[in-house]
Amino acid sequence: MSALTFSLIHRPDQRVDMSPLVCHLLKDMEPAQIAAIELQSGKRKIRVDELFKVSGSDTQQIVIENSFGKLDFIGKELDGGSIKVEGDAGAYLGLGMKSGEISVMGNAGIYAACEMKKGFVTIAGDAGDFLGAALPGNKMGMKGGTVLVKGNVGERAGDHMRRGNILIEGNAGDYCGSRMTAGTIAVMGKTGRNLGYAMRRGTLLLWNQPVLPASFNDCGAHTLAFLPILFTSFRKLNSKFADASVAFNRVQRYAGDMSEIGRGEVLIKIG
Amino acid sequence: MIINGVAIDATFAEAFPMKATRAIITAQNEKWAMISAQAMTGFATSVIACGCEAGIERVLDPSETPDGRPGVSVMIFAMGGKGLAKQLETRAGQCVLTSPTSALFAGIESDKKIPLGKNLRYFGDGFQVSKLIDGKRYWRIPVMDGEFLAEATTGQVDAVGGGNFLVLAKSQPQALAACEAAIEAMRKIPNVIMPFPGGVVRSGSKVGSKYKALGASTNDAFCPTLKGMTRTDLSPEVESVMEIVIDGLTKEDIDKAMRVGIQAVCDLGAENGITRISAGNYGGKLGPFHFHLQEIMA
Repeated sequence: MSALTFSLIHRPDQRVDMSPLVCHLLKDMEPAQIAAIELQSGKRKIRVDELFKVSGSDTQQIVIENSFGKLDFIGKELDGGSIKVEGDAGAYLGLGMKSGEISVMGNAGIYAACEMKKGFVTIAGDAGDFLGAALPGNKMGMKGGTVLVKGNVGERAGDHMRRGNILIEGNAGDYCGSRMTAGTIAVMGKTGRNLGYAMRRGTLLLWNQPVLPASFNDCGAHTLAFLPILFTSFRKLNSKFADASVAFNRVQRYAGDMSEIGRGEVLIKIG
Repeated sequence: MIINGVAIDATFAEAFPMKATRAIITAQNEKWAMISAQAMTGFATSVIACGCEAGIERVLDPSETPDGRPGVSVMIFAMGGKGLAKQLETRAGQCVLTSPTSALFAGIESDKKIPLGKNLRYFGDGFQVSKLIDGKRYWRIPVMDGEFLAEATTGQVDAVGGGNFLVLAKSQPQALAACEAAIEAMRKIPNVIMPFPGGVVRSGSKVGSKYKALGASTNDAFCPTLKGMTRTDLSPEVESVMEIVIDGLTKEDIDKAMRVGIQAVCDLGAENGITRISAGNYGGKLGPFHFHLQEIMA
């Protein structure tokens, strides 16, 4: 069976809610039924076959071709299966995802992987603000799984994050790890201002020296035993993180945010 | 059956179902991993008074350990899951957490999980940090030499305890030399431990005693100094008897360990003073696992 492929015919002016096109909702549906699904676009509803040329039949492997940045909610609450986005993804990619895999060949918009529970998201390009964060007003962001971004990410990555890994090969914007409750954010590139703002617990793992807020205290240089295990878990990724030469276990440890409970940590590679 | 002049008795060892677990201790070097493992498996020769039977299974190469450091795998056996969990936690807390540079990991997979570092984390007094990596939870507990890393749980499995055989020799040094050879060979077998000191027991017991308070007492039938005053099981030339007790994850593991152990003893043979191999049992009524010596050596 070939992958169920949605090839975008034309780019609509309004944003499109792609949330009905997820593996678990399409399971056991006939091609005609899938083609007749109506997607919300602005104040209109558009049939799938008006927007996409549909081919293939394996509903557990979805490919979205010619995708662009107005296709929102791709993989919303995905529960198993895989979605491959050829092009950019809009906002709320993998919102509340429960399991499965999403890969984006281009960039992703704001709130990618927000409130994600489990699974794996790869973004080959950049990700917008609030990566792995909580929706506005909610208190719990990403609760599990792994997000890998090969480019840069916007501001507030991991805001209110509770569990899981966010791996960023590029740079992270301001307020990275803000209000984090737990979990790990690893940034190979540079980080912006107000790193770890109001973080309670969790780990920010950095390759480069950041500008730390005054509310982080130096705990000294340490060799930490859990780091080799963490890096070993990255080996299976198609990423710079899998490269043994980027791994380290010697870090400068800063604890914070002391304006909060201060149980979080920023670990910065030494040497 | 006679092998190299050594008589193999037509008898069997009788063993019991137990619960077992395995943990991996790593440290900065093998010396400190071994020190920690020895402490953790100390005073654990017999469930009768120690609460569990524990031993070092083998030394692990850095490539075999979760954190890439030298390590030692230890196994603990107890009569029930509750007792096993208590022994594991107490020993991990007092012997591994306290040991310089150590880290502690699960050594066996099972649906049934028992706490390893799960409760030791409270030693961190709120400064402990949890990390969930590849579905496994680890606890980072701040200690004075840095951080103690412990996996939250390890597996508990059904196992077999009490496999054994007796080495009968013409002298004490010869009995001991034969047992040392057997233990050296048996330590190469995975999934088994020999929990007694150096793997060897010189005080084999029988069930019951003339003293009401005691459930077990010296196995007088195999005590050479009592040959003339009890219903002895020894021939006149036997001057010393030693026993090797084996706990293993499965009956097959114990079979294998007994075979290589008895073979190592028989390789020394009658010319080194070894006369017989026998085994301890309770008439076959107490333990469901029977290890017939002649079948094992066939």
